[in-house]
Order: sequence, then C-alpha cells, then structure tokens
Amino acid sequence: MTSRVSTGTRPGARFAQFKLVLLGESAVGKSSLVLRFVKDQFDDYRESTIGAAFLTQTISLDDTTTVKFEIWDTAGQERYKSLAPMYYRNANCAVVVYDITQASSLDKAKAWVKELQRQANENIIIALAGNKADLVAEHPDKRAITTSDAEAYAREAGLLFSETSAKTAENVRELFTAIARKLPLEQAGARNMRSNPRQGVDLRPEAPGTQGGGACNC
Amino acid sequence: MGHDSEGSAAASDEGNTATDRSIAPSPPEGHGVGSTIDETAASVGDLQIGAESSATSHVPSAIHQDEPRPPLPPRPGNLDLLQEGNYSPGSSLQRSKKSARPQLQSTATTALSRTDINTQSYQDGSRETYAASAETTPPSKPAGVFGSIRMFKGLGGSETGDSASVKSYAPTLEAGGDVESLLGEVLGASQGSPAWKLLSTQYEAPDPFDSVTYEDDEATVEFYREFDEIRAVDPDGGNEEQQLAQWQLKRKHFLILSSAGKPIYNRHGDDNLISGYIGIIQTIISFYEGANDQLKGFTAAGARFVIMSQGPLYLVAISKLGENDAQLRVQLEALYMQILSTLTLPTLTNLFANRASTDLRRPLQGTEPLLSALADTFTRGSPPTLLSALECLKIRKSQRQVINDTLLRTKCDTLLYGLVVASGRLVSVVRPRKHSLHPSDLQLIFNMLFEARGVKAGGGENWIPLCLPGFNKNGYLYMYVSFVSASESDGEEADDDRSESGKQEEIAILLISAKKESFYDLRKMRDAVVDQLDKNGSMSIIKAAVRRGRPTATDIVPGTVLRHFLYKSKGNVQFTMPSYEPHFTTMLARRRLLSLYHTLHASVHAKNARLKVHHCISRDSISLAWVTPLFELYCVAGPHPSRNALAQSANKVVQWVRREEERVFIIGGAVF
Ligand SMILES: Nc1nc2c(ncn2[C@@H]2O[C@H](COP(=O)(O)OP(=O)(O)OP(=O)(O)O)[C@@H](O)[C@H]2O)c(=O)[nH]1
Ligand SMILES: [Mg+2]
Repeated sequence: MTSRVSTGTRPGARFAQFKLVLLGESAVGKSSLVLRFVKDQFDDYRESTIGAAFLTQTISLDDTTTVKFEIWDTAGQERYKSLAPMYYRNANCAVVVYDITQASSLDKAKAWVKELQRQANENIIIALAGNKADLVAEHPDKRAITTSDAEAYAREAGLLFSETSAKTAENVRELFTAIARKLPLEQAGARNMRSNPRQGVDLRPEAPGTQGGGACNC
Repeated sequence: MGHDSEGSAAASDEGNTATDRSIAPSPPEGHGVGSTIDETAASVGDLQIGAESSATSHVPSAIHQDEPRPPLPPRPGNLDLLQEGNYSPGSSLQRSKKSARPQLQSTATTALSRTDINTQSYQDGSRETYAASAETTPPSKPAGVFGSIRMFKGLGGSETGDSASVKSYAPTLEAGGDVESLLGEVLGASQGSPAWKLLSTQYEAPDPFDSVTYEDDEATVEFYREFDEIRAVDPDGGNEEQQLAQWQLKRKHFLILSSAGKPIYNRHGDDNLISGYIGIIQTIISFYEGANDQLKGFTAAGARFVIMSQGPLYLVAISKLGENDAQLRVQLEALYMQILSTLTLPTLTNLFANRASTDLRRPLQGTEPLLSALADTFTRGSPPTLLSALECLKIRKSQRQVINDTLLRTKCDTLLYGLVVASGRLVSVVRPRKHSLHPSDLQLIFNMLFEARGVKAGGGENWIPLCLPGFNKNGYLYMYVSFVSASESDGEEADDDRSESGKQEEIAILLISAKKESFYDLRKMRDAVVDQLDKNGSMSIIKAAVRRGRPTATDIVPGTVLRHFLYKSKGNVQFTMPSYEPHFTTMLARRRLLSLYHTLHASVHAKNARLKVHHCISRDSISLAWVTPLFELYCVAGPHPSRNALAQSANKVVQWVRREEERVFIIGGAVF
C-alpha cells in the first residue's frame, strides 16, 4: 500500500495520498473523466489511450484534510488487458466506467468489478461511473441503461455509484470527492508504516512540467 | 580521396551514354531521368562542384572515423535483403549500415550500395524488367494521361500480351510519374511532347514557390481539403455519390487489406463507401497472385497504385502526388512497421495462421490514428521519410555533451534507451553500446508523440508498451514519456510562434525499458534528469533552441540564392535543413517543395542511375541534387539564378555543414 497520511505544518492538517485506477471498455470516457477532474478540460474528439497515462490531482476535503490522487488512466482496448493487474495491484481505489448509451459497456464494467474484487487489494474502494449523462439529457431515447438498474447493481456489489458527464463536468468532482471521503484516512497512516519502499519515490515533489494544478504546486 | 572526382567523371560519362541512348537507346543503365543529366552533367561536371567535392569529402570522413557510430541492430527477418555482414564494426559500416535497412531505406542510400537499393525495393527481379524495358521504351506521358487501367507487373520474364504493352510504359511511370508536378494536370505543366519533357532538362518541375498564382485554382483548394473528413454514408445512401466524389478528389490514399480481402485500414472514407474499390483492388491483386506473379503497381486515372505484400497483409498506396514507386514503398513500409509495433510479428502471424479470415481491425483498435498520422505526414511531404534519416536539434557540441552526461549520470538499471526530443528533433540519446536505435523505430515513436494527438492530449505521464520492429519485431518494450512545455522557460513568454509547427512545441523525455514493471524507476530517473537539466542550464538551452526554430537558408549562407535545402549525412543517418520560412509557409508551397525533392531524389536514386549531380530547371525553380559517398544534398533556388550560383551555394552549404557538423548532427551519442 502506498497510501499515506502525514501531519502537515499546520496543526491538525492531514495529507493523504492514494492510488486510483480507472478501468472500463474503450471509449466510455475514462480519459475524459480524468482530464475533466485534473485539468477541467474536455475534448470532443479524443484519441484512444495507448498503454496508460499517469496523472495526479490534489483535492481538499475540508480545511485540514488534503488528499492527493495518483491516477492510472488505463487503455480500455482488449490488447492491453493483460497489463491491467500492474495498475490495480496496489490501488486503494478504482473508478469503473461505462457509457450509459452502450449496454455492452456495463457488462464489461461488471467484469472489471469482479476481477477487482477477486484480485485487487481487499480494501479497495470501487466506484461505478455511468458516463455521458449529457447525451441522455438531450435525447432520452439514447439511454441504454437505466439509472435504477445500475444503482441496484452497485448497491448489491458494494460500489459507490453516480452518473457523470465529462463533457458538462456533471458529478465528476463529486465522484472523486466521494471516493476520498470513503478512503480510510485514519488508518492510512498506520498502513503506511509498512508500505513498500517506493514510498519515497512517489512522494517526490512534482518536477516542473508535470501536470500541475492543485495545491501541491505552491 | 578519389570518389568524388570519379563521381563527377562518372556523371559526365553517364551523360554521354545518355545522349547516345536518347538517339538509339541501348545501354541498360539509366533511362529518361538519366538522360536529363545529359546537358547538365557536362556543365555540372565542369562546375566547381566536381572540384569542390573532392575537397569536401576529406573532413567529414575523418570525423566519422573518429567517432564511428555502432552499427544499427538487424532489421526484422522479413527484410530478407538484410545484409548481416554489415554489422561488423568499423568505419565502413557507416555506410553499410544503411544497406542493412533496405526496406525502409530503399530510396535513400549511397552510391556505394546502389545495387542493393535497386533490388531492395523490388525484391524480385523487377529490376531486370525495368532495366530491360528502359532500352526500348520511349519516354512517355505522365501517368495521368492514361485514362484506363493499365497494369504493370514489376516482374521480368513473363510475357503475356498484357504485360508487353504495359511494360513499355513502366519505366516512365516509375520515373516519369514523379516528374509530373503536383497538381500538374491542372497547372498545365505538360508543354511539349512527353518525350521532350523527359529528355530535356527543362521539364516542368513542380512549382514549389508560386503559390500566389495558383492559390485559387481548383486543385489547390482540393489539396487544402485533402485532410477533411469524408462523412459516413447515410443509411438511405442519399449522400453516397457526393461522398464518393469527395473521396475521388483526395490526392492520396492508403489501404490495408488482409490477403483474404478483409479491409483493415483506409485513410479516407468508411468501408461501405469504398467497398467497391476495395473489391476491385483485391480482385486485381489476387488475379496476379493466382498467376504466381506478384503485382507491384499500376497506373489508373492519373493515380499511381503501388502494392506491397507483407505476410498476410496487402498494403496499397494510391498517389496523385507524383512520388515514385520506391518512395511510396518506403511509406507503405512505415505503415506496416506501425502495425508490427502495435501487435508484434508473432501475434500478427498467429492471428492469421489461426484464421485466415481474421478481422484485424479489432486487435488493431486504437492504432488507426497512428496510421493516419503517418499517412498524413506522407501526404504533406516528409523530409525524414524521404531521406530515411533523423533530424537533430542544433545545439553546441559541449551543450549536447552536458545533456548526454546528465542522462548517463541519472541512468537507472532498467534503462535501455533514453532520449530527449524537442519539437520532433532529437536532442540527445543514451543507449547500450551494443544496441543502436533504428531510425524507423524513432519515426514511429515521433509520429506517436508529435503527430498523433492521443498521447500528448492525455496531459500526464505515459507508460506505453510498444514493439520497435527495428530493435526486435518479436516483443514489446515499455516507454515512459513525459512532456515538458518548451514555452514556459525562464519566465520568458513564448508568444513568438517562430517554431515552425505550433503543435510540436514540446520537449519529450523518453525512457525505454524492456521491463514492464519499471515505470516508477524510470519516472524517478525522469525527475532527476529534468531536475539536473534545469540546474545545469541545459533545459533553457533546449527551450531557446526550440523557440528559435531552424535558421533560414540565408542565415546559413548569407546572400544565397537557395531557398531551401536538405542535407543528409549518410554516415550518421541524419539530415539537416533550414526553416521553411519565408518561401514555404503554406501547406501547398511545402508540398510542392517536397514534390520537387521527391523528383530530385528519384533521379539520383533511379535504378542504375550513376549520376552524382542532377540539375533540374523549371519555369519556377532551379534545383540540384548532389550525391557523394558521404552525403546527399538537395537544393532549391528560385527561377532566376544561374547554375553556377546554385552550385556555389551548394558548396557553401556543404562547407557550413562541415563546420557545424557536431552541432547539427549527433555523432556517436552517449553509450553505456
Ligand atoms: N458526450 C459525451 N462524450 C464523451 C463524454 N466522455 C467522453 N466522451 C467522448 O467519448 C469518446 C471517448 O472518450 P475517452 O475519454 O477517450 O474514452 P476512454 O474510456 O478513455 O477510451 P480508451 O482510452 O480507448 O480506453 C471521446 O470522443 C470523448 O469526447 C461525455 O461525458 N459526454
Ligand atoms: Mg482513454
């Protein structure tokens, strides 16, 4: 585990760092969600991810608590499937994404959830995101998966759930915040004591040029 | 050193034979293009070039021998012309290296290995046909003149009625096809008889400059629309005709099919739209395949079709841009390398071994933007592809040394290759002594990072499994990529958009490993590299060099008549060129310039061409190709200067490169 909580300079300030992985079928909008979350941008025409992208974003939960996500945005295409364990193996949390206008994408999401529950860290927090909500707002007939069906599944599988739109930013920040709140901040410090030796690396200050944004760039 | 005086002698000899031949064609060497040298060879031969070049050859070769670059790794086995013998270290490999990359390099090679090249691009005897038909063929019209499909089998020997009639056109289409100017038919370029055109030095070369005159014509507008997307056919088929008309206006197409005829990739239009065409092409190919007689290319409706068969795939290029077959093959080869890079050769082979009717689109998903980025680069015209060489960022030798040392000092154990690339140009490389980096692999990487949008748009760091076929076509490597913006340096605003392509304003740190778990190691190395480059001032040097852009031709040779040039150092497999400013700022002007370079390149690389110097004069430009064992130089001036002035400038360029060699090229690089 590489999550970590440390006491900052301010009295009572807490800083925690978690690894988050995004999984889901190709073109459901994983990269778009991440780009919205990290840079508050959206791209109508995005090329498919090659391999995986690594980004970080820091959010404040309240006056004293800062959470930094180290995000693996994985490629949804079949041929990269065998690499997925490398990204979720040490993850504290996962966002599994489907496209609410594509029925098959929820099946794929369910398969990912299953795999995570079997293979990933047993305390992993999983959120299910039904993306492209904006498409349905305009054309309700485009919806292929009802909110209640997805919700029922999420409840049953013990997942956080929301419908999102990377395009309009609807529920994007909220989703990540909900995950952060669910992460075991209190225990993270203790777990961190026996974290792997890479810890030091992961916590290096951001070098100039890496994606900035967020509180850590001051 | 004798080569060069020999060279010019050979050129004039060749000129003489060519003259004879144009009267009574007989020697197998050369053909139409060869004979263009005829008049010029005499003058060029006498030109200072001959004399100068014997002088110029000394220094560069001495430099090369000081720091021999290790040999490049073997090419994949499908490139069966690979000469294993060429890897032995030593100064001679500087040149033989290139013959070790035949398929990719088929057009850009040295006089020393010319024979190899000729066979390289036509793996199977087409050379014989070509030479043979050159004897009997009258130079003929540009490809566009033939209305109907004619087929050329590149193969010698078989003498069906068809091929006999067809054969006689083959040489001109291959050679003459590239003589035809871009947009030539519209610009009315064909004055005089075609024979005259080819025999004369005065044929109409593409006009790379005068974009104003033609800016409004139909063809020009078409070229600006070349990259517009063709919309899908409506379900009711209502717009099909219209979309098809648009499809036909495209000047360049690339198609990839499986040998079972399944479409795998096409640059323009969806499958439905062009299924008819795909069917026709497939039928034609398999007709010849059935006769055990591979079809290499044919011309129809003003377009040159070139077909490359690679294992279970057919790759087809259709061009109205006047490139010759060898040049188009280099482009097809690059597309094939991209497919290997995605899948690896064993995977590709197995997919089809298991099921001949496999639909490769699925396993290739996501590769389409990379293929299209390559295709569009070729359509716009690409010096690195034409020359099969890399361009480096020009910085001082000592500055590059500091960067190399930084990479070496911070190197982690799992590192295979480390590169710093700025704005599509190589800044520094570190590599193990026993492996060099293959230019065609770098082309794939640069295309992925700087031409396609996917990786850069992600906005983060990247971990990319990829096969580098030149390194090893059987397995994946893992590439760590992070971008540093070139603009936000030392508090200075980078609003000056002088760097030539805005989208390439990026510095990339690439760290490649064979270990798929080494992301964090490489990331740590990257942080250390960037940190130290910042501290030792290298980063701002790189950024400044990127923002400065390339010098113009007149910066390089004050007062020169040259508007642009390409200089390829054969030994380093690198090239350098000036800025496209001020004469070639528009896409069309650049394409015309590149078409002219293709013509020049074709003339000095034509089969059996022995020319070392080739002049080309047109209404709008005078240009020169000059090939020695050490370099290839292509220069372009406006229409007015004399050949003498052009030759003088060419010499000045060579002198400049000699002076700046260790700045414009990476010589040796850093090894560990
Ligand atoms: N309308 C709409 N389009 C979206 C939304 N999110 C993503 N898209 C579009 O869907 C396409 C695919 O988005 P990506 O973010 O690349 O999908 P991905 O899941 O990362 O795909 P892979 O990288 O192939 O796994 C892009 O064209 C996006 O613009 C959304 O919320 N609404
Ligand atoms: Mg993605």
